Amino acid sequence: MVIYLDNNATTKVDKRVLDAMFPYLEEEYANPSSMYQFSVKSSKAIAQARAQLRDFFGAKSEREVIFTSCGSESANTAIKGVLAANKNKKHIITTKVEHPCVLNLYQTLEKQGYRVDYIGVHADGSLDLEELKDKIDDETALVSVMWANNETGVIFPVEEIGEIIKSKNPETKFFVDAVQASGKVDFDVKNTNIDLLGISGHKFHAPKGIGALYVKSNVIIPPLIVGGHQERGMRAGTENVPYIVGLGVAAELAKEALKYETTEIKRLRDKLETGILKKVFNSRLNSSISNRVPNTSNIGFEYIEGELILLHLSDLGICASSGSACTSGSLEPSHVLRAMGVPFTSLHGSIRFSLSRFTTEEEIDYTLEKLPQVIEKIVKLSPYQDELEHLRNSREH
Amino acid sequence: MWDYSEKVMDHYRNPRNVGKIDDADLIGEAGSLTCGDSLKLYIKLKDGIIEDAKFQTFGCGSAVASSSILTEMIIGKSLDEVKNITNKDIADELGGLPPEKMHCSVMGHEALEDALKKYYGDDYVSPGVTDVSDTVICTCFNVTEHQIVEAIEVNGLSTVDEITNYTKAGGACGRCKGAIKKILEKHAPKKEVKLSAAQMVLKINKVIESVIAPELQKDGGDIELIDIEDNKVYVKLQGRCSACKNSILTLKSFVETTLQDKVSPEIEVIQV
Repeated sequence: MVIYLDNNATTKVDKRVLDAMFPYLEEEYANPSSMYQFSVKSSKAIAQARAQLRDFFGAKSEREVIFTSCGSESANTAIKGVLAANKNKKHIITTKVEHPCVLNLYQTLEKQGYRVDYIGVHADGSLDLEELKDKIDDETALVSVMWANNETGVIFPVEEIGEIIKSKNPETKFFVDAVQASGKVDFDVKNTNIDLLGISGHKFHAPKGIGALYVKSNVIIPPLIVGGHQERGMRAGTENVPYIVGLGVAAELAKEALKYETTEIKRLRDKLETGILKKVFNSRLNSSISNRVPNTSNIGFEYIEGELILLHLSDLGICASSGSACTSGSLEPSHVLRAMGVPFTSLHGSIRFSLSRFTTEEEIDYTLEKLPQVIEKIVKLSPYQDELEHLRNSREH
Repeated sequence: MWDYSEKVMDHYRNPRNVGKIDDADLIGEAGSLTCGDSLKLYIKLKDGIIEDAKFQTFGCGSAVASSSILTEMIIGKSLDEVKNITNKDIADELGGLPPEKMHCSVMGHEALEDALKKYYGDDYVSPGVTDVSDTVICTCFNVTEHQIVEAIEVNGLSTVDEITNYTKAGGACGRCKGAIKKILEKHAPKKEVKLSAAQMVLKINKVIESVIAPELQKDGGDIELIDIEDNKVYVKLQGRCSACKNSILTLKSFVETTLQDKVSPEIEVIQV
């Protein structure tokens, strides 16, 4: 039995996505660039997927869609592309809580001579917009902000940030990492100041190995991968037809499921969250209650360690993830929770639960029944019994 | 997911000797809440023998397993016997730990050492490492030079990454990595690289064929490898080289130096 509550790590491929992909792995294997009738179906399938992505992004034209291999490639294409197209501008603004794939790239760029400002967040996970506003100057080539945070689910107001950027410096380009917002927030990029926006298929029930990048029509960037003419010269390499088809279908399904996401999945998430916060005396929510994607909950358990919680949950078939240092092999706990100032008593014991449209009520009920027992078992091991006792008494009274 | 041994899994699933001994004779502590793991080890003595031991651990699966097995390893032993237990012994007893988790075994050992220091006071001498200072090298995780050297010597470590895995030092801001490297250079076991006779022949042949011969061939000459005896390499210059007045110069300044540079500084080249 697997109860999968780690859908921000990856998701199950939807059967309808798989069904749409199979013909292109079997009989319809033609290279879409070839000059015979056999390849027409492949090239039409890509055109259809591109239209599906246009609608998913809320873009003006399907020409604004580039297919990539993953979220990291989308981000690298956007960021390196903007900087290459604006060689005289050496300033970048991003946030302290971006995904490592983006943060590590900025750290590399810093070594290459770029000036990078990392904007902080408040205790509830929201972005310090005043700080962001102050930092934008004539030199700013790029502002790069995630739409939703992968660890806490907190949504950043990208529409408002877009307004701020363009009012301070209309030349500055705006890249949004929307990997964790895909299928959870209704994108409508044409009515925003977003210039580039990256997504990854496997976070919304397409397979791993396919992503996409939205590039507004008036934004010119060079390709990251140079070679053939594919993607109108924006991304060389023979098109991954079956996966592109899969991404198109997944995007369409995600758009249809948005309402379910914001009602039913949110209801299950809230049930899990309020249940844990009520039943477990040393638990605390690591973000604001509102303004989050509907599927994510990050809860800290004080004076106990996250990996041990995950190992015991795993024994019960429950999959979740942790901001603890121990799970990643790094020695430091989550940079996101540290940026939010989560107290060190629960920093190492923070667990992220993330649901999907395949999560059932029974799974949530089972987790709510088992998790408090796991926590009680681990609490007994803790050297901080006095502190825990104090916490227990203060919660009960 | 970590590749934990069956024994590690058994010990974090069913930890032995959990809890506190209210009238403990010795309490050893290691780690801290901010660092992400900590351990309190309680020891009850009777006639110099550890009659009972219990632990309380804040930490991951391997930290709990290391603490749990440590209590089993020390109960029934005399203090003199447990003085010689190293972090490696703890990890070995668990059937090994993933490299990134070796610091958990180190924490177990540190708690034991802390208890022993309280018992022996100034007379306590840690096994193996003596003349190293307690200067803090890694301020993020509060790791001393002594702890680093001990990890190097007990576990035979040879890289900075290994030291981070074992002691956490250098694992956060990374500013002390230079200092760790210096400690490593001073204390790491020196590995002597000596080629076997067969490796030596293969390597000399390869250098002659791919580097030396092509150069000589450019000038219409060539070289043949005749024999190798210890560090003496016997060669025969051919073609235009064999008649060249400067052949001895070619031999010494090009053939010999190239072989010395690429194979071994001991090599001597002799013309036959």
